[in-house]
Amino acid sequence: MNLNVEQKNDIMIIFVKEERLDAHNSNDLKTKMQELFENGNKHLLVDMNDVRFIDSSGLGALVSGFKNAISHQGSLKLTSLQPQVRSMFELTRLHRVFEIFGSTAEALENF
Amino acid sequence: MDKNEIEVDIKVPNQTRYLSLIGRIGEDLAKELDRYDGDRETLAYHINLVLTEAMVNAIKHANAGDPDKMVHVYINLSEHELVIRVYDDGQGFDISTIPPPDFDKLEDRGRGIFIIKSLMDSVRYDKINGGNVLEMCKTFRCPS
Repeated sequence: MNLNVEQKNDIMIIFVKEERLDAHNSNDLKTKMQELFENGNKHLLVDMNDVRFIDSSGLGALVSGFKNAISHQGSLKLTSLQPQVRSMFELTRLHRVFEIFGSTAEALENF
Repeated sequence: MDKNEIEVDIKVPNQTRYLSLIGRIGEDLAKELDRYDGDRETLAYHINLVLTEAMVNAIKHANAGDPDKMVHVYINLSEHELVIRVYDDGQGFDISTIPPPDFDKLEDRGRGIFIIKSLMDSVRYDKINGGNVLEMCKTFRCPS
């Protein structure tokens, strides 16, 4: 899976450079988030600007990352969701769980 | 079969790498609905999504990830109705016993069938010829 990771102060930003986040590749994202927390990072921001499609496995990977953040006394936030992707968070009520921002810059101000 | 009807019958190996291929076929089919007056982008996404969810269900659960098995997908699109059938030859399960997700409890899994049921008008999962079929239907509004 194509993931770019950038560090901004103490926040790790994961750019998901895939059009689809589904059962075929979502485990890679889950593993990457796990790895970052295990390496001592506390705060993750997942940038979904390139993601046009998400399925329940993709949502599950992000939920797993969110729970991982809590268990490491950290945080996981999301940014730049495309409208159809955002609608899946609403359908599954996950928009109430995640802090979702319109842009990476806006998200970085809110950590 | 009506002359404006489209039928797609496809078999792919029991592997998640084919999800995007099948999903894309679903999206393209939404573009063939000449008289659809709803939000086509959303419809295309929904068809892609229910196909993906149903295939993952077949690949991972029913066919237990066995790469030697096949997943059979049948799609019939007419002016008024979309019917999708995804066949598997696994043990199957009782769709009526799958509870909706508990929105207050944060589980990694368990949203797939809920998503399918939310987006389609009718969903059933039945035993057929030693395997199972997940049938999902959606009816379209007719422009007056």
